Amino acid sequence: MDGPSATEREAGDAGNRAPGQPEDAGKPAPGSVEASVIATRGLTKRYRGGQLAVDGLDLTVPAGSVFGFLGPNGSGKTTTIRMLMGLIEPTAGTVRVLGRPMPRAARAVLPQVGALIEGPALYGFLSGRDNLLRYDAADPTADPRTRHARVAAALDRVGLAAAAGKKAKAYSLGMRQRLGLAAALLQPRRLLVLDEPTNGLDPQGMREIRSLIRELAADGTTVFLSSHLLDEIEQVCTHAAVMARGRLVTQGAVADLAAGARGRLVVTTPDPAEAARVLKEQGVGDVTADGDRVTGEPPARDLAEVNAALVAAEVRVRGFTVERASLEDAFVALTGEGFDVAG
Amino acid sequence: MSRAETVPVSEAVAASAARRPSPLWTLGLLRSELVTTLRRWRTLALLGVLAAVPVLVGIAVKIQTRGGRTVDHSGQGPAFMTQITNNGLFLVFTALAATLPFFLPMAVGVVAGDAIAGEAGAGTLRYLLVAPAGRTRLLLTKYTTVMAFCLLATLIVAGSALIVGALLFPLGDLTTISGTRISFAEGLGRALLIALVVAASLVGIAALGLFVSTLTNSGIAAMATTVGILITVQILDQIPQLHALRPYLFSHYWLSFADLVRDPVYWDDLVKNLDLQALYAAVFGSAAWARFTTKDISA
Repeated sequence: MDGPSATEREAGDAGNRAPGQPEDAGKPAPGSVEASVIATRGLTKRYRGGQLAVDGLDLTVPAGSVFGFLGPNGSGKTTTIRMLMGLIEPTAGTVRVLGRPMPRAARAVLPQVGALIEGPALYGFLSGRDNLLRYDAADPTADPRTRHARVAAALDRVGLAAAAGKKAKAYSLGMRQRLGLAAALLQPRRLLVLDEPTNGLDPQGMREIRSLIRELAADGTTVFLSSHLLDEIEQVCTHAAVMARGRLVTQGAVADLAAGARGRLVVTTPDPAEAARVLKEQGVGDVTADGDRVTGEPPARDLAEVNAALVAAEVRVRGFTVERASLEDAFVALTGEGFDVAG
Repeated sequence: MSRAETVPVSEAVAASAARRPSPLWTLGLLRSELVTTLRRWRTLALLGVLAAVPVLVGIAVKIQTRGGRTVDHSGQGPAFMTQITNNGLFLVFTALAATLPFFLPMAVGVVAGDAIAGEAGAGTLRYLLVAPAGRTRLLLTKYTTVMAFCLLATLIVAGSALIVGALLFPLGDLTTISGTRISFAEGLGRALLIALVVAASLVGIAALGLFVSTLTNSGIAAMATTVGILITVQILDQIPQLHALRPYLFSHYWLSFADLVRDPVYWDDLVKNLDLQALYAAVFGSAAWARFTTKDISA
């Protein structure tokens, strides 16, 4: 498990920042504690040696959302998740999960939370089924009479029913990941915390897991999903938060985040100079021509009018589209860096 | 965790009414722990080695005494070996005396050292804790399991020795160290009592091993450290200049179990041994608890 050490390495330079600096985008609406499944206030973790892994995090996860938790490797995601689960004691700040303080109310909260933290961990000498039986035995609220039935249902749900009797050490990475997910689904949960759930899965497996997540969310389970795959977040999440260097850069609905970085109008034409002139006339801002591509910020008016104006000015148009801003554009705009840069 | 916070009663009731843990749940966790420990190949290998020791000792004595020769006993420890040819029951005492200084505590050290650190290393600890098993409960379950292993390991040595002794040598009334004779049934009772005392003698190193296990995320490191401490303590116990230290070394009174074969039983050292084991269990048990309940689980 090299996650925490990566966090520690990376977090060093974050410590030089002024503490308590306000983050406008990170401020949750007041009074949202009741409706939120996860709420942290000023959550901070300083590791021994003074490295600041998480710095003043105010995270609010609305009930019923599929919440994407984004950030480069080593940005403090895993440390945050460990604090949410009561595995790590925060240096400062508070955590409330399902409305109860963590880690104090762990006994009451955690049975209602399914978790996959930093990949699955299995007993290699036990079969997949026996692994789940063991994890279920550790849950004080799990009914031993229904244990075998629930384990079988969880295995079935992640598509492992056929391999349930195999020793876990013979499992492939994808199978281990599925078994880890099955462990999180042993009981009906109000919250699922999934750290990189599609790691190691093939494209088909990724699709299956995504549809499973949508299915669970439709049943009313809040899903907190950490990932470094932006398109994955875009595909399944309703809300997202972005972390960089231990701090929360932004959080909100995915649609709003992507809208923050606006789409661009792209016109492909053999007459770029003339096209640029017409587009400026039509109120298109920041017009730039690059070869046969002319791009600009789309105006408020109907784009059909803009196209008609181009045609009327005898500009030959090969293509006329608006390229939607992706979450990646939003991310780059927010952090000013590429996604895979670990600070 | 030190932050006091009041939870609304209605909320607390609603939560506990939704899913009330069975009071017997801890036993379910203990059973899972016992089964998991006993299904490890390593545990079975350790028990296999322990079961083989009496076989080797029995066969060696049998071969050496063929043709009416007597055993030349010049080693250390209680003088049980010379008696084996007269009574197979003495093989039980001999086997326990032979395994107690090293084999038994080593096996216990391996199991205890691996208990927390091994799970941390494999990452399974975090899933047990978010299940949530509860840190104190998990630690108590682990300690109970290690003590159950102490008992099981001792009984396996004693049982194996009894079977081998019965197969290779005559059984019957036996002569105690004091020279009196007791019936075979009473001898068997004493053997069982000795096994229990030997198992109790391992409680100290079990607690020590568990404490070491809470300090690291590497099962191998915890096992090696615990066995290393065992060897160090055994060596320290042999150095005459450290005579003042000896009564506090957990292994010092181990061989006092031989006093149970006296008639009447000489209790002084036996009681000192049990007191010392209880002291180790209290000190290192508390230290393990203090460490484990406040530790950041980062593996």
